[in-house]
Amino acid sequence: MSDLRKIIVDGIETEAYGDMTLIQVCEQMGIEIPRFCYHERLSIAGNCRMCLVEIVGGPPKPAASCAMQVKDLRPGPEGAPPQVKTRSDMARSAREGVMEFLLINHPLDCPICDQGGECDLQDQAVAYGVDFSRYKEAKRAVDDLDLGPLVETHMTRCISCTRCVRFTTEVAGITQMGQSGRGEDAEITSYLNQTLNSNLQGNIIDLCPVGALTSKPYAFTARSWELEKVESIDVMDAMGANIRVDSKGRRVMRILPRNHDGVNEEWISDKTRFVWDGLTNQRLDRPFVRIDGKLTPCSWDRALEEASHMLKSGNVTSLAGDLVPVEATYALGQLTDSLQGQKECRVDNVDLPIGNRSGYVGTATIEDIDVAKRILLIGTNPVNEAPVLNARIRASWLAGCNINMIGEPVDLTYDYKHHGTDLLSLQKLARTLDEEDLTGTLIIVGQGALQKQLENSALSIAMKLAQKGAGLLILHTAAGRVGALDLGFAAEGGLDVALGSAEVIYNMGVDEYDIPAGPKVIYQGSHGDRGAHRADIIFPAAAYTEESGIFVNTEGRPQLALKASFPVGEAKENWAIIRALSGTLNSPLGYNSLIQLREQMAKEFPHLMEIDMIQENELQPIEVTVGNNAEIENVIQDFYLTNPIARASAIMAELSYRSKTTTGEINEAAA
Amino acid sequence: MLADKDRIFTNLYGMDDCTLAGAKKRGHWDGTADLIKKGQDWIITQVKESGLRGRGGAGFPTGLKWSFMPKNSDGRPHYLVVNADESEPGTCKDREIMRHDPHTLIEGCLIAGFAMRSNVGYIYIRGEYIREKELLQAAIDEAYADGLLGKNACNSGWDFDLYLHHGAGAYICGEETALLESLEGKKGMPRMKPPFPAGSGLYGCPTTVNNVESIAVVPTILRRGATWFSSFGRENNTGTKIFAISGHVNSPCVVEESMSITLRELIDKHCDGVRGGWDNLKAVIPGGASVPLLPKALCDDAIMDFDWLRDHQSGLGTAAVIVMDQSTDVVKAIWRLSKFYKHESCGQCTPCREGAGWMMRVMERFVSGEADIEEIDTLLRITKQVEGHTICALGDAAAWPVQGLIRHFRHEIEEKIIREKVPA
Amino acid sequence: MLRRFHHTQPESFAFSEENRKWAEAQITKYPEGRQASAIIPLLWRAQEQEGWLTKPATEYVADFLGMAHIRAYEVATFYFMFQLRPVGTTAHIQVCGTTSCMICGAEDLVEVCKERIAEKPHQVSPCGRFSWEEVECLGACANAPMVQIGKDYYEDLSRASFETLLNDLQDNKKPLPGSRKGRFSSEPESGIKSLSEMARQKDEFSPAVSLAQSEGAS
Ligand SMILES: Cc1cc2nc3c(=O)[nH]c(=O)nc-3n(C[C@H](O)[C@H](O)[C@H](O)COP(=O)(O)O)c2cc1C
Ligand code: SF4
Ligand code: FES
Repeated sequence: MSDLRKIIVDGIETEAYGDMTLIQVCEQMGIEIPRFCYHERLSIAGNCRMCLVEIVGGPPKPAASCAMQVKDLRPGPEGAPPQVKTRSDMARSAREGVMEFLLINHPLDCPICDQGGECDLQDQAVAYGVDFSRYKEAKRAVDDLDLGPLVETHMTRCISCTRCVRFTTEVAGITQMGQSGRGEDAEITSYLNQTLNSNLQGNIIDLCPVGALTSKPYAFTARSWELEKVESIDVMDAMGANIRVDSKGRRVMRILPRNHDGVNEEWISDKTRFVWDGLTNQRLDRPFVRIDGKLTPCSWDRALEEASHMLKSGNVTSLAGDLVPVEATYALGQLTDSLQGQKECRVDNVDLPIGNRSGYVGTATIEDIDVAKRILLIGTNPVNEAPVLNARIRASWLAGCNINMIGEPVDLTYDYKHHGTDLLSLQKLARTLDEEDLTGTLIIVGQGALQKQLENSALSIAMKLAQKGAGLLILHTAAGRVGALDLGFAAEGGLDVALGSAEVIYNMGVDEYDIPAGPKVIYQGSHGDRGAHRADIIFPAAAYTEESGIFVNTEGRPQLALKASFPVGEAKENWAIIRALSGTLNSPLGYNSLIQLREQMAKEFPHLMEIDMIQENELQPIEVTVGNNAEIENVIQDFYLTNPIARASAIMAELSYRSKTTTGEINEAAA
Repeated sequence: MLADKDRIFTNLYGMDDCTLAGAKKRGHWDGTADLIKKGQDWIITQVKESGLRGRGGAGFPTGLKWSFMPKNSDGRPHYLVVNADESEPGTCKDREIMRHDPHTLIEGCLIAGFAMRSNVGYIYIRGEYIREKELLQAAIDEAYADGLLGKNACNSGWDFDLYLHHGAGAYICGEETALLESLEGKKGMPRMKPPFPAGSGLYGCPTTVNNVESIAVVPTILRRGATWFSSFGRENNTGTKIFAISGHVNSPCVVEESMSITLRELIDKHCDGVRGGWDNLKAVIPGGASVPLLPKALCDDAIMDFDWLRDHQSGLGTAAVIVMDQSTDVVKAIWRLSKFYKHESCGQCTPCREGAGWMMRVMERFVSGEADIEEIDTLLRITKQVEGHTICALGDAAAWPVQGLIRHFRHEIEEKIIREKVPA
Repeated sequence: MLRRFHHTQPESFAFSEENRKWAEAQITKYPEGRQASAIIPLLWRAQEQEGWLTKPATEYVADFLGMAHIRAYEVATFYFMFQLRPVGTTAHIQVCGTTSCMICGAEDLVEVCKERIAEKPHQVSPCGRFSWEEVECLGACANAPMVQIGKDYYEDLSRASFETLLNDLQDNKKPLPGSRKGRFSSEPESGIKSLSEMARQKDEFSPAVSLAQSEGAS
C-alpha cells in the first residue's frame, strides 16, 4: 500500500514511501534532525518540538518532522514534489527557541551528572543553543522518585519527553509510569512512587535523553569517555542480545544494548544490563586440586598434570555448560573424542533431538514473531526465559496477533488464551488446529515442554503442526546450548546414559546440575558455584566478557562476542585451557590460537563461522509420541539467579529478594 | 440593530418557556424531518452558501468542514462532537444557548449528525457548567421522549443518539483534539494533526467537532434559507452572531447581533456605552483572551467580524468583548491572561509548557516594574518562540495577547519600569 | 500547582447503591470497550459523594472501568475540578479571577476570602466549614465578578453582596444563586434591549436559579 513519491529535502530530490515520516526520510538521506521525544521503536509523541522543519508552501509555521508523513505533504505548484527545508531560518530559529525553553528549567549541573558526555541535551545545546541565558526567574525543582535499586532519578533534569512512559507502557507492558498534573507542574512519575514491576526497566536509562534517569549501580563510577567499549553478546539467556561492554582497566563498568533488528532490537533485560558486579565476585582466580578432601590452590602445571592422570584413569564424560562459547565446546569435544569419552550438553535433561536442527532450533526466526498472526506458547514463560523476546511477542500482540498458551499460567504483560497446563490439553488443541492451515502461526516451545517426563510428546506434536505451515521456534535458556548441539556435543540416550558409566567427568561450566556422587570431577569455570564445589580439580576460566567467542542463539544465529577485559588472576580462556590440557595428555589439538581453532572448526561446521546468518532448517518431524498426561512446568524459578555470574551479583540478589516480596498476577485468559 | 424577528436565539435570556413546547412555539423543530429528507448534499450546500464560519474561534467554514467527512462508510461509525467547553476567558455565549435555548442545539445536532452521516453525537460541556448540564440533559430527555432523538429520530428515517458528556476543569479541552482525548477518558492533551478528526477522530473514527453556536444556528439557516443568513454582515463574514460583552461597560450582556456590527454600535446600543463614556475607553479585547487587544484608536472604527479584526492584527475569536476603560492597568489585565495560559497549558509540548510560565513571570515583573527595558524585547522574542511551534494553538493564544500589549502599550510597560527604577 | 493525592486518606471507597447504578448507566453512553470514556463523570460522582476526591475513590473508579490506576491518577491530577484534598464542609468557594472578573472586582472577593476563610487557597477555615480558591474563567463574564459554590454561580457580586452571601452560608441559609444586581440572567442590567417580547413573559427566576431553588435554596 505504500507508494514511492518524490520529495525535495534541502534542495535534494529523493524518493520516499508515503507512510514514512520526514525524520525517517532525512535519516535515509543522511540529514540529521535533532530530536528528544522521537524514538523509532516507540509511538510518536511529537512533544519536544525539537525536530521542527519548514514545509515550503505549507502553513507559515514549522512542522514536527517526527510526525509528519510524506503523504501528508501537498505537492508544489504544477505538481512539483513537495519541499522540506531542515536548515532554513524558520527551522533553525524554531530549534534554538525550543532549546532555550528546554534549558531554562534544566539544572546546569553537567559536571556532576552521570549523563555528562553522552547527553542528547548537552550535545544539542552545543549545536543549537544560545550561549547565555535570558531566563531570570527561579528554576523549577522536582522531587525525585524512588524507582528501586536500578534506576536512579533526578527529576529536575527531566524534559518531559515521555519516552520512559511510552517504553514502560508500550514495550515493557507495565502500567505504572505516567505523567501527572499538567503544565509546567506536570510530573513524570510512577504511580505513588512504586518501583517498576518489569525486568526490562533498565532500558529507560538508555532512552532518557537527559540525566533524569540514570543507572544506580553505575552511578559516579566512571565518565563515559574513560571507558573502553567492546561489542559483545549477552549470555544471560539464549536470545543472544547484542551488547556493548564498557570497561575501565580490567573492570567491566557497565553493559549496554547494541541494536540488532533481528534479535534484541535495542533492548536488553535487567539481568543482562546489571549483572556485571557478578563478574568480580566469587571468582575462581587460580587452579585447585583436592588434597585430603580439601580444595587446595596449586599451580597450573600441577593441576594439568593431575587432570591428565585422572582423565587416563577411567571412562570419561564431558559436559558443556550454559555459558560456554562454541570454540571451547569444540575443543572439549575433540579432546573427549581422543579419549573415547562421551559428550553431553543437555545437562538439564531435556529431550532435544540430536542432529535434527529443525527439532532443537526450529524453523522460524525471532523476527517471525513480528508478522505472526497467532502465536502458541508451549511450556514457556518468556518473561523469565527471554524478557526481550517477550516484549517482541507483546508488540506483535499489540499489532493484533492472537496469543495462545499451554503451560503454567503467568503474567506475560499481554492477554492470551490459556488452553491448559498438561499434555492432554496440548493434544486437544492440536486436534482442533489440525483442521486449519497454519501459515501465519508461530509455535514457541520452551524447555518446560521438553522435560524428560513428557517423553518428547510436546515437541512431536509441535513439529506435526509445523508440517501444516506453522513456524517453530525452540526457546532455549542456555546461551551455549544450540552451538553445542550443532557440534554434536550430545550422547544418544541423553544425560543419564552419558553419565551412566562415567568414572571421570570433565565439567566445563555446568552449575545448574548436581553431579551425583561417584565419579571424579574436573571443573572448568569462572565462579566458585555449584560445579566447583563438587570438583576434584578446578581450572579457573574466563567469563563471557573476558574472551572472544561465538554463541549460537536460540534461532540458530551464530554471533561473535569480543573480548572486553582480561580473565581474573590466573584464569585462562576456555579453549586455551583445553588446548593446554591436550598437550599435557600428549595428544595436542591442532591449533595454537583461537583463529586457528576457528579455521579448523569452520571446515567441519561451516555454518558456525557464518556470523549472523541463520540457516534454513528443513523440517524433519519426529515420530508423534502419545506420552502420558504430564503437567508442563516452566523451567526458571528465579529469573535473577539463573547462572553463576548472576548468583555472584549483589544487585541480582537484591532484585531476586524484591521480586519474591511482590507476587505476580495471573493474566486472565482472553479470547 | 438586528431585529428580533431575525434573531435565531429568541430565548437567549431564558425569559420565555425553555421546554420543548416553548421551543416549538418559537418555531424550532418545525419541519425538521423534511429538512433531513432533502439529503446530505442539500444541507451541506445550504450551510456552505450561508457563509457560516465556525463560532468556536477559528472561523473555519462550517459547510466545508462537514464535507470532509467520508461519503462512504468503511464500517467505522461517524461521530458528531459538539464543543461546549466554552472556557475562553470573556466567553459566555454557548452557556446561554444550552441553558435557555437548548433545543436549537439539539435540533442542530440531529441535522448536522445526519449531514455528516453520524448516528451518534456527543456534547462535551465544561464541568463547571453544572446547571447548564442539568438543563441541557433535561431538554435531551424531552427530545427523546418526544421521538425527536433515537431511532428514526423525528420521523426523519435517520437514527440519532445524542449524549451529554462533561469535563472537569481544563481549558485545553476546548481544543478539538484535546477534547477528543478527554472524551476518550484521558488527559486533555492535544493530538498532532494530521490525521485530522474527519479521518481519525473520536475512537479513531471519522469525527467532526463544532462549536455549540455553529450547530445551533443550522436549523434556522435551513428553514429561513442560506440567503437570509448571508444577508447579515459583510461578505465572507455573514450571519448573526452572539456577542458577550464584559468589563467596563455600563451594562454588560450577551446579545445576538448582526455580524460586522461596529464595536461602537455594539457597546452603545446594547451595553449603554463604555463606563464614563466612549472617550474613557482604553482598550478592548474583541474576541476572547487569545486575541490581541485593540487600543482605543482602533476601537473607534472597529468592525466586529473575522476579516476586519484579522486585518488589524486581532481576531473575532469567540466574539467575547472585554472592555477596559482608562482606569485599567492594562499590563496587569494581560498579565492575568498570561497567568491563565500558564495555568491551562497541558504541559505536553516544550514551548508552551516552558514558555507560558516564562511569559507569565516576565509579565509579573512588568506589572510591578521590576524589570529592565530590554526585557520587553526579550519577552516579545519569547512569544515568537512559542508562537507556531506548539502542537496546538494554545501556544499561539498565550503569545498573542502579550504581543498585542507590547504592540500597543509598550509605553505603559516602560513607564512602570522607569517609575520603579527612579525612586520618588 | 503541584497536584498529588492528599497525605491523609480514608481506608476505602465504594459508590453508594444509587451512584453505582448511575455509573453503570453512564458507561452505556460509550461504545463497547470504551468505558474509560466515563472516567471524568465517575470521578466527579465520587467527589460529590465524598466531598473531595480520595485515593481509594480514584482507584475504585479505575477498577470499575478496568483502567490502570496510573491512568486514573493522571486524569485526577490533570483536571482542576477534582479536589485532591478536603474542602470546607459547608462551602468551597471558587472565585473567578481571570481578566473580565478581575477588572470588575474579583480581587476584592479574594480579599474577603482571605480575611474570612483562610489566608491561603485550599486551606480549610478554622471552623472547617469553608475553603476557597481562585479559579480560571468560569464562563459567566457578562455577569462578572462571580463565584461558584457547588453547582451554582453567584454573579454580579460586589464586596458587600459577597459578604452577605458568606454570612448567609455561615447561618446555614441556602442563598439563591444568580445575579446580585437583580438581573434575570445575562441581559443588560439597565433593561432589556432585544427580545423584549420574551421579557414580558418571564418567570420569577431563570431556569438555573429555579433548579437551585427546587433543591432548597431560598
Ligand atoms: C486552546 C483552545 C481552546 C479552545 N476552546 C474552545 C472552546 O471552548 N469552544 C469551542 O467551541 N472551540 C474552542 N476551540 C476551538 C476548537 O479547537 C475548534 O476549532 C472548534 O471547536 C471548531 O468548531 P467550529 O468550527 O464550529 O468553530 C479552542 C481552541 C484552542 C486552541
Ligand atoms: S525522565 Fe527522561 S525519559 Fe522520562 S520523560 Fe523525563 S526526560 Fe523523558
Ligand atoms: S522529535 Fe519530533 S517533536 Fe520531539
